[in-house]
Amino acid sequence: MSKRSNTPYWVAFWIVIAALIVAPLVLPEFWRRFLTEILIWGLLAMSSDILIGYTGMVSFGHSAFFGLGLYGAAAALLTVKPPNLWLAILYGLAGSAAAALFVAYFATRLRDIYFAISTLIFSQIFYVIIFTLTEFTGGENGLNFSRPQLGIPGIYTVPFTSETLHWFVLAVVTASYLILRRITQSPFGMVLQSIRENEARTRAIGYTVERYKIVAVMLSGLFAGLSGVLYAIQNRFAAPDFVYFVISGDAVIFNVMGGIGTLVGPIFGAAFFLLLREVFSRFFTEFYLIPVGIIFILMVIFLPQGLLGFAKRWLNR
Amino acid sequence: MDMLWHVWDAIASHRDIIIIQTINGIVTGMILALVASGLTLIFGIMDVVNFAHGELFMLGAYVGVVVLATSGSFWLALVLSTLIVGLIGAALQITTLRPLLGRDPLTTILATFGISLVLQNYALWQFGPVPRKIEEPITGQFALFYLQYPWYRLLIAALSAAIIGGLYLFLKYGTYGIWIRATTQDRVMAQAMGIPVPWVHTAVFAIGAGMAAASGVLFGPLVGINHAMGLDWVLKAFIVVVVGGMGNLGGSIAAAILVSLLEAYAVIVISEINLGGQPLSPALAIIVPFIVLIVTLLFRPTGLFVPTPK
Repeated sequence: MSKRSNTPYWVAFWIVIAALIVAPLVLPEFWRRFLTEILIWGLLAMSSDILIGYTGMVSFGHSAFFGLGLYGAAAALLTVKPPNLWLAILYGLAGSAAAALFVAYFATRLRDIYFAISTLIFSQIFYVIIFTLTEFTGGENGLNFSRPQLGIPGIYTVPFTSETLHWFVLAVVTASYLILRRITQSPFGMVLQSIRENEARTRAIGYTVERYKIVAVMLSGLFAGLSGVLYAIQNRFAAPDFVYFVISGDAVIFNVMGGIGTLVGPIFGAAFFLLLREVFSRFFTEFYLIPVGIIFILMVIFLPQGLLGFAKRWLNR
Repeated sequence: MDMLWHVWDAIASHRDIIIIQTINGIVTGMILALVASGLTLIFGIMDVVNFAHGELFMLGAYVGVVVLATSGSFWLALVLSTLIVGLIGAALQITTLRPLLGRDPLTTILATFGISLVLQNYALWQFGPVPRKIEEPITGQFALFYLQYPWYRLLIAALSAAIIGGLYLFLKYGTYGIWIRATTQDRVMAQAMGIPVPWVHTAVFAIGAGMAAASGVLFGPLVGINHAMGLDWVLKAFIVVVVGGMGNLGGSIAAAILVSLLEAYAVIVISEINLGGQPLSPALAIIVPFIVLIVTLLFRPTGLFVPTPK
């Protein structure tokens, strides 16, 4: 890539991070929570950008990874006393990794739209399982659990307040962003992008495309699971609705609205979507998806690059 | 040999329920085939994966409810709902899919996904969350072993078969049907021969939408109609279309019946299984289509009824 300096990019990066660190101190409770939620959904959207934007595989099944992360965290928080934050993350990641391995193994046999459809179908399998296994998952009623403490048990802990929760989520999302950004710029990420550009040629060069795709789905699933864990910690509640297709659809909407292939774009898209929801539900109550859906269709037709698409090159430098 | 006798015994002692479930499976299979053939037609001709297909099914059922309530005639409801939803389909195609012609097929998934969101919430807004019901046009029943089986279910299967057969004849012999097939084979050449390709696309989308609506009205009397019923159907139709081989009309019809039959038989098998004295819920049978899909993907990723390419 170019040898031009990256300084403006990192200056902008740190300004945004600094603003996000200060934000909970100045915002009222409602907006503080809102901002944390944007970051959590943003992480989910960013994870699916690895597939949509960088590998060219549209996943309509991210609710499975998100939901398994959520239920994994719930399992840890319910069975281990006292609830342990790091175990919740571990369980959540294990759950989403299992789901991702399953989906990756079968769905990567298909390409393009077939892949999209089969991810959707596979995520519904997890929904049906979680919905019907009432004994373990509480079925339709879901599970309630308590929030763990932040810190290392026995050494130093603080309870999660809305500020510390925000900072913790911010730290996780920022770290995830930096890791994912590094991955997309690594030789591995380059192979993914070459699969997106020309799969046949990538195979002809000698890369085992299938294996790369499986790893990409697993990677994406892990980060989606992480966002599920964060959601569990924020809301202390798990329900089959979070494994349902609607969540996968939201992740796709965030990506398209924010701009695929940029990593930050999807976070931006999540913020845009949640703001639209907030505004429109004041006028349309629960039918806010009518105007938001129309805006989404218009963006697909007229702004396929998304809101941050214009900055794609600059963000990936 | 002994083993075989056991299986035979089990089948013989369950003969009644097996025959009943075979009929049930064929009935739902025909409805599913009707939904899936619209989906396949749209995909085969325009490379569009119509995510809103289930919502068109749902919308068709609701239009049927409204027409039935005002006119009192089921058959009028069936015809009008097909026409109205067909027109809505044409309007949707012109406004949202035509601008996407020539772009990545994936964008059409996104656009139709947007349409499905809007339609679903519109239905919720207009009709509320309480399920609606369509009255059966004929209430007669006949004795099938220990059951009184409604004639209407057999009528559904026959009507679905008639509509699919009509579509087949239209595609095979009708002038416009030949235009449609020509467009499928070679879009550019068809255009060069003077076929108005954009309008063929619109018409195909309208036909697919109308078929979805017709199946919605036909199926209405068997279940409650609600705004969220579309997703279940579109999922099943997707499974059928992938199992049958995408864009292959005959394949998806065969797959629809196969999947529905297997699901119907699974209900019998599951209700026979006892795990530690706790009977399994027959509702688990909905997992069967997924298993069929997984097995298909493992052994014949291009679909059961398509020769393996290359």
